[in-house]
Amino acid sequence: MKMAAERDIAADPRVVWAALLDKDVLKACVPGCQEMTGSPEDGFEATVVQKVGPVKATFKGAVTLSDKVEGESLTLSGEGKGGAAGFAKGGAKVRLEPIETGTRLSYDVEANVGGKLAQLGSRIIDGFARKMADQFFQRFQETVEGPAEDAEDEAKESVEKKSWLKRLVKG
Amino acid sequence: MPKDSGIGASSKRREDVRFLTGRGKYTDDINLRGQAYVHFLRSDVAHGRINGIDTGEAAAMPGVVRIFTGADFEGVGGLPCGWQVTDRHGNPMQEPAHPILAQGKVRHVGDPIAAVVADSYAQARDAAEAIVLDIEELPAVIDMKAAVEGGPKVHDDLESNLCYDWGFVEENKDAVNAAFEAAAHVTTLELKNQRLVANPMEPRVAVGDYAPGTGDSTLYTTSQNPHVIRLLMGAFVLGIPEHKLRVVAPDVGGGFGSKIFHYAEEAFCTFAAKAIERPVKWTSSRSEAFMSDAHGRDHVTKIELALDADGMFQAIRTETFANMGAYLSTFAPSVPTWLHGTLMAGNYKTPLIYVNVKAVFTNTVPVDAYRGAGRPEATFQLERVIDKAAREMGIDPVELRRKNFITEFPYATPVAVEYDTGDYNATLDKALEVADVSGFEARRAASAAKGKWRGLGLNCYIEACGIAPSALVGQLGARAGLYESATVRVNATGGLVVMTGSHSHGQGHETAFPQVIAEMIGIDESMIEIVHGDTANSPMGMGTYGSRSLAVGGSAMVRATEKIINKAKKIAAHLLEASDADIELKDGQFSVAGTDKSVAWGDVTLAAYVPHNYPLEDLEPGLEETAFYDPSNFTYPAGTYICEVEVDPDTGKVSIERFTAADDFGNVVNPMIVEGQVHGGLAQGIGQALLESCVYDANGQILSASYMDYAMPRADDVPYYSVDHSCQTPCTHNPLGVKGCGEAGAIGSPPAVVNAVVDALQRNGKDVTHIDMPLSPARVWAAMNG
Repeated sequence: MKMAAERDIAADPRVVWAALLDKDVLKACVPGCQEMTGSPEDGFEATVVQKVGPVKATFKGAVTLSDKVEGESLTLSGEGKGGAAGFAKGGAKVRLEPIETGTRLSYDVEANVGGKLAQLGSRIIDGFARKMADQFFQRFQETVEGPAEDAEDEAKESVEKKSWLKRLVKG
Repeated sequence: MPKDSGIGASSKRREDVRFLTGRGKYTDDINLRGQAYVHFLRSDVAHGRINGIDTGEAAAMPGVVRIFTGADFEGVGGLPCGWQVTDRHGNPMQEPAHPILAQGKVRHVGDPIAAVVADSYAQARDAAEAIVLDIEELPAVIDMKAAVEGGPKVHDDLESNLCYDWGFVEENKDAVNAAFEAAAHVTTLELKNQRLVANPMEPRVAVGDYAPGTGDSTLYTTSQNPHVIRLLMGAFVLGIPEHKLRVVAPDVGGGFGSKIFHYAEEAFCTFAAKAIERPVKWTSSRSEAFMSDAHGRDHVTKIELALDADGMFQAIRTETFANMGAYLSTFAPSVPTWLHGTLMAGNYKTPLIYVNVKAVFTNTVPVDAYRGAGRPEATFQLERVIDKAAREMGIDPVELRRKNFITEFPYATPVAVEYDTGDYNATLDKALEVADVSGFEARRAASAAKGKWRGLGLNCYIEACGIAPSALVGQLGARAGLYESATVRVNATGGLVVMTGSHSHGQGHETAFPQVIAEMIGIDESMIEIVHGDTANSPMGMGTYGSRSLAVGGSAMVRATEKIINKAKKIAAHLLEASDADIELKDGQFSVAGTDKSVAWGDVTLAAYVPHNYPLEDLEPGLEETAFYDPSNFTYPAGTYICEVEVDPDTGKVSIERFTAADDFGNVVNPMIVEGQVHGGLAQGIGQALLESCVYDANGQILSASYMDYAMPRADDVPYYSVDHSCQTPCTHNPLGVKGCGEAGAIGSPPAVVNAVVDALQRNGKDVTHIDMPLSPARVWAAMNG
């Protein structure tokens, strides 16, 4: 399946770019991500738990970053193997462009599933993939922009996010 | 007055008592002491190169006995193909190897890669997850035309993805082309006969057993033909002589063709049981069944019909692409050729026919025979193109068929078969009467009044079943004979046991076969028991498929029973001190013609086994006979089906309102069983017409692999059927005068349904000439809204 969308993020393209390459950000943003190790240069190893229709599985897989044009665009691609559940693989071409309010992030996603996921989940896989992409970029936007000001009960998380931003901006 | 026993009686199916009360004994009910369980790790990519299989971690997991991969089967035979087709140019088809477990490459989703044998299923499944596969995914080819036009090769060692390019009758090709040049009218139709999954209620199961003390192997399996499995697996795969190999197919919960074939799992369980010296059991899950049972149909066809100005058929020309899947299943090559091309004459005296079939390898599950096997594909294209021609030429579809009917028999078609008998006008007239076609206009108006579009479609079919002369099929490429055998054993107290090579998996042999013998001897049906499904108990048999059991297996039983009666007459003659030429058998009594001297059946059978007063100098004691019967021709059931549908113009939803089947099955042994066979076939045909479709995505993932996505027909999808089999032209060449009835419903119904839907749309001003099956609401709506 294929889909495309865009989001406006209230942050400088440089900040958005750096966040895209940060494994902690990716871990926080990939829905169901349990573990993320590695580096942008060598690629990441991820463990993701997800339920697609009737199939729940732990996917282990590699995520690589390629076609990097500093501050402008990159391609994220990955393949997760879910054992008896089958596999999911896909890629996202991400482009950043500066706008008045910050950065316009646009993405084209292509996803494929195989094995039991395809056999049992084909009717729902498009919706599922769209939801996964939406959730990822929604969380990404929130992580980069920082918490909304009235979100007091997320104070602890916001401290972490602020510290991340600070580290990034200073670094 | 209907009979209450013997031939023609609707005897209740005795086997249903155990089936309906949960007392059947199926393969999965067989559990042997110490048995281990196998789980197959199957490919989840459609095409890939196996670079490595690491079973180290998995092998150390709890309960794991042994893990097998393709490497364990080097030097072991692959699964054999039982039919070789010769192409248009006289060359044999391309025939790839078909390993038990994948070697080097995987070629379809579901291709088995490794087999984990463990103490429990759960342990086997868990360990399979720990196997580390290094498989490099390769581009897959799914579309047949892409496969022959330079798509990725499924088998690297074959020249191409083309299994064969078959022309039939090749010598007629030029004459057919000339007839098209000269024709007043040509109707052309392009259509698909979609891929189906058989879905018997009972999934496949195999239990392998090995006795180290004697070296005997036993396979319990869900098969329609245990003897064929024994021969194929013993001789071609595992190298076990038949006397050291027993194959048992106990109660089997439906097959519909998919359990004819020899499958990898059967060979694996037999092989592994010997390797680990423990019984090994495999039970397919429904998900596995979708990607490991042979699929059916999957033809893409262009058919052309040439007519003269009066509507007389001049010639037929077809081009079909037939999907073989990734490997050749046991009888796959015969289905689009000899079971399809030979039926293209239909019920009509078309003088010239040319059928071209290109069989193609793709990265999909292998395709083989499924209820009807080739004949539904032939009937569908023929009856659809005739309907289209009738509309184009402004001729009533009933009259167009009628004027082209074959009316004189025997009739040699231009496609190699000779119809022995039939009366197509009789079944057409009967169907028109039973369906109350004269009342259609009133029903159409009533439907219109409630906003529904009513349509009427008919189909006249013929099929060839009871396959058939061994010498002929041998010439056509069959690597087996197609006789059947039966042993009739009479016990001392007069009861009989019939051991038959025909296998019953829903057909009702245990009821219908005794009716025949009861009629011949004049004894009660309950005195006769049918034994089948075990190579140790039955004589050699070719099994049950292609609607052949009664016509071929039943005929063998009749021949054996005739031998029994002849011998029993000699014994009776001795007891009655008469000449055996004067002995008559009636109602279970042997009597001397013209006298009141008689002796009962039971006294004669007792004398055969307690030969105190017996002609021992002329006759052996005992009463047991075997007969082999090799038919001299196919049988040709034919008939007319009429379907009335309502189409909802807002949603495209089709509802079948009336369905009439008038079949000529020759003599009928048990009308109730025949009616049940027709009902089942109609439900499967309607399932194909409206609901079922096996769908692959472009990467070769099978998307419709559960009942959430593969729409099986349910009770509320089918109407109340009107079934008639009063038109009977008995088969001229078998002793019972019977034809086959098992597949007719599935063969005859899809075109009737589609013709009815097209008729409903045409009557309401929609110029729709064809819709590919299944006629889902979305497809019908799209067709009517252009």
